[in-house]
Order: sequence, then structure tokens, then C-alpha cells
Amino acid sequence: MSDDATLLDKTAAEDDPNVGTVTFDTETGDPTEGDVEIQNYSMNFGPQHPAAHGVLRLIMEMDGEIIERVDPHIGLLHRGTEKLIEYKTYLQALPYMDRLDYVSPMCMEHSYVLAIEKLLDLEVPIRAQYLRVLFAELTRITNHIMNTTAHAMDVGAMTPMLWLFEEREHICEFYERASGARFHAAYFRPGGVHQDVPPALIADIADWADRFPKVLKDFETLVVGNRIFKQRNVGIGMISRDDAIAYGFSGPCLRASGVAWDLRKSQPYDVYDRMEFDVPIGTQGDCYDRFMVRMQEMRESLKIVKQCIAELPEGPVMSSNPKISPPKRGEMKRSMEALINHFKLYTEGFHVPKGEVYVGTESPKGEFGIYLVSDGSNKPYRCKIRPTAFSHLQAMEFLCKGHMLADAPAVLGSLDIVFGECDR
Amino acid sequence: MIHSAPKMNPAGDLASHFSAAEVVEHRGETTLIVTREDLYATMKALRDEHQFQQLIEIAGCDFPEHAERFEVNYHLLSLTKNARVRVKVSTNEKTPVPSMTSLWPVANWLEREVWDLYGVMFEGHPDHRRILTDYGFSGHPFRKDFPLTGYVELRWSEEQKRVVYEPVKLQQDFRTFDFESPWEGPDYNIYNLPGDEKAEEQT
Repeated sequence: MSDDATLLDKTAAEDDPNVGTVTFDTETGDPTEGDVEIQNYSMNFGPQHPAAHGVLRLIMEMDGEIIERVDPHIGLLHRGTEKLIEYKTYLQALPYMDRLDYVSPMCMEHSYVLAIEKLLDLEVPIRAQYLRVLFAELTRITNHIMNTTAHAMDVGAMTPMLWLFEEREHICEFYERASGARFHAAYFRPGGVHQDVPPALIADIADWADRFPKVLKDFETLVVGNRIFKQRNVGIGMISRDDAIAYGFSGPCLRASGVAWDLRKSQPYDVYDRMEFDVPIGTQGDCYDRFMVRMQEMRESLKIVKQCIAELPEGPVMSSNPKISPPKRGEMKRSMEALINHFKLYTEGFHVPKGEVYVGTESPKGEFGIYLVSDGSNKPYRCKIRPTAFSHLQAMEFLCKGHMLADAPAVLGSLDIVFGECDR
Repeated sequence: MIHSAPKMNPAGDLASHFSAAEVVEHRGETTLIVTREDLYATMKALRDEHQFQQLIEIAGCDFPEHAERFEVNYHLLSLTKNARVRVKVSTNEKTPVPSMTSLWPVANWLEREVWDLYGVMFEGHPDHRRILTDYGFSGHPFRKDFPLTGYVELRWSEEQKRVVYEPVKLQQDFRTFDFESPWEGPDYNIYNLPGDEKAEEQT
């Protein structure tokens, strides 16, 4: 009985208009009688939140629904990759790259192998360069599929993810047929790629490349002109050209602000200088522009994929330098030296001349760089990974300030952040 | 140059503009080695006069055998000249390096990262906190004298209903293998292996 009584009292208290309200003197202050005085309060977004795209913790200072300050806490997925790499040989450290940005694994490998090749000054066979570009662009498409559909889902559109993930699955199959693994491929190696692709795979990629534009078009009709999608994205999280440069933006986020900067064009690596493609740029630098730049980039990537397939030359896929590339299996069955060479390569590894290089490539998320310091031994002395997300996420406060709480997931989605890479 | 790494323009003649800096060219990359006192002025001049608009990366590096053990490497990118340059400064555990946060806002997190992982201090940094390691972490894990396994491990304690920290217990000793065999050094002649005299005569 007594429980019921307190419950009744409580309801009565809630109905009382004077409880929980602060009355103001109507002559002096703006708030009128009965208004509730709201103070700024801080709110925790994450670390476990479906729109945080991983383990991100945002401490937000809110003025009602308006975001006043954002303090991102990162490092919840820090695994010390760079430290681990210092204890591995150059080849053993390669698979760590797949696990950085697990949405676009092969593009991470690309920077790393190019850094090693730059230190070694190693020539890569032309077929291997084509295969690398082919798979880097397929990776770009799977990354953009993941990001654009997840972004659409963050602002309420469920269907694109269900439709486009079928295509992502196809690309995973191509990965598997080339490297043996659906995600963590370890396919790019210093000196080339691990193994040649079967001719049927190239034909299947060509078939898929013909089918994909239709799916992309369906996706566009769903989202691009959609009134709700535009309301949630146009004019949200705007960043000007100069601010984007000062904040160290790169990739689609920089291009959305109107800077025509693409490392594949300006600092071509592998066979990108032979490829013909356009660099889409935005005008306003808002969430919608970043989304649209990625949509257009998928079409451009498809152009590169088709060119690679059309021009793919015959030949070896691995450098012929026996100090770097392992001997063929058949050779190992006959030759003692080949066997010794194989054993030495997979235990000691190869030695890299003393020096330091920085190699930045255009990963789907922006400039992904590797700063590699070698002391002449078989292990990297220091391997600094330049993640794309670090500079983008840092601008979170700049982008979110003055926006509503519900805009934060849209901004976060448009920045394309993956924590494997951000936290390393 | 036969590798296929990114091709860009050279950084240009920086040696004549920065007389105080030591300019090193290596693998087609330009490095300016400056003192801590000159760092701010050099970076400002590079940004405002030499069109290096973007600060791409700040990378710490630890050389325990050097007089000043830490190196801080600033990687700059010019979007207009399509060139990169690296600015290198060295310091020790006690001497702070001037912060670049007033020139580039992006330096904020990058410097926090170097502080967190190497313990390099930055003078004038507005928010000198750790960034990647756990709350309440002590030590600077990327220093060469910090063990790979760390000092503490954490687990969920069913009794206390919270995460507890304990000293690291390894189920198996930490193993490092030295595969660099002494008889296959980079220069084969220095060892004068018995029986190898004829090989030299043949070549």
C-alpha cells in the first residue's frame, strides 16, 4: 500500500507546474515565467554506438540540442602496430597493413610496399604494377560502397546498404580468387604481387565492371535527390578550402572543399600516369559534397579498372631479384641454392639499405603515408603510419560546432573514419 | 631511379634560403635539419614564403645512442609546387620543442601523439594530454627501452565486477630470434673464409 502511495505522490509532483521550473522576473530577463533554465551539459557519445563507426568516444558539451564543444577520445583500438612492426622483418610486417584500415586493405599495403621499394630502389614488373592499380581501384570501390551506404544509413536510409553489399561481396570474391583471403589479402609484396591472377578472374572482373554502373544508378536514384537525405546533409559540416588545407585534410574530404588534389594525378605511382580518369571536386565542402565526391569517384575507379583490364600486359608479376623475391616452388624441388634462398628469405628476410623515406599514396580515405626509417638491417627501425582519419577526426569540433546533435552522425559518416587506421 | 613510388617535383633550392639549416638530399627527398630555436621561424617561412601549405605528419623517432635521443620529423606538402619537404629537429626527455599549433591546427593531435608515444614535450601546446594510450597509462611505449609486452595487462574481474590491471604474466617467454647469420654479412670478403682463396682468383 505504501509503495502505491509514494507513486501517487510522485505523479502529483510531476503534474505540479512549479516543480522543476525556475521562475524569472519578467521585467529583467528574456525567459518568461514557467521557462526551464537549461545549463550546458556534457554528453557521452560512444564508445559503443552504432553511428560511431567503431570505438569512438565523443565528449560533447551541449546547449540543449546544439553542440557547443566536441572532444573526441580515440585510442580505444590502439594495438601498437608501429611498435610491433619494429620487431618483425619487412615481409612479416606486411599483414599488419591489412589490419589498419580493414575496409580498404590493399591500399594500405600499397604505401608500405612502395616505401620499401623506394628504399631498395627496386624495379617492379609492369604486369605487377597493373595488377596493383587494378586491385587498388577495386578496393577504392569497396571502401566507397561501405562508406556511402553506411553514411546513408546513419541518416536513415536502410536500403542502399542492403543493395550495395552484394557488390561488395563480389569484390571480396575477387580478392579471394587473387590472394586467397577475402579481406586480409597480403597480396602486394615488395617487388610485385604475391602471385599471378587466373585469366578467368580478369574476365569476371570485366563482366562485373559492366554490371556495376546499373547498381550504382539505382543507388543514386534512391538517395541523391532524396529530400530527406538532402535536408540531413546539405549545408551540414561545412569547411572552407583554406580551413581544410590547414586541418590537413586529404582525399575526398579535401576535394569536396574544392581543391583539385589527387595524389594519383599529381604524384603518380605504379601505372597511374597511364590511366585516364577525372578528379571530381565539390563546391561547398559540406556532408553532401563529400558524399557526392565519393559517388563520382566510384565511376572514375571503374574507368581505371576497365583500362587496366584492357591494357594488362603479359609477363612476370614479381621482381626477378633473388634477394627480394622467393624462388618458384618447382625450382626449389631441384636446386639446393633455391631452397637455401627460400629458407633465408622467410627467416632472415632481406636487408634494406640505411635511410629514410616518406611515401604517401591516395588511399580511398585520403593520403595514407608511410615514413620508413631503416638502419640497414632486416627489420624496420621505425615505421610511422600516417593515418587519414587523424586529421579528419580532429576537425570534428570545427565541423560540428553549432549544429544539432543529430547532425554529428552525418558529419562522422561523411568523414569516412575507420578506427583500425586511426588508432593503429 | 627505377622504383615506382610516387613521382613529384623536387623541393627546390632551400639551402640558400635557410642558411642555418643543414639540407640533406636522400632518395629524392629533401630534409632540413634545424635547431629547436630555429624551428618555428623555419616552419613559418616554409608555409608563408615557400608555399608548403599542409602539415601532413609529425613522426617521432627514438635513437637512444644519440646525444639527444629523440627526433621529431615534420612532413610538409606543397599543393601548388607539388613537392614535399621534411624538417627534422632533435631533443631529449627534458627539453621541450616549440609547438606548431599556432601555424597549423592539425599539429594539435599530431604533437599529442608524439608526446604520448615518445614523451617529447611541446612548448605552448594548448592541450597537452595523452591521446592513444589508455586512461591512466604511465610510460611512453614507443621508446626503444620500453618492452614490446608492456608492464601491465588488464582483465575483467568477475569478483570485483570491473576491469583490473595486473603486472604482465607471459604464458611463454618473449622470443626474439636473431636470423642475421654472421657468415653472410653484406661484404663476403672481410671474413676470409678458409678455402675461399681460389674463388677470388677466378673472378
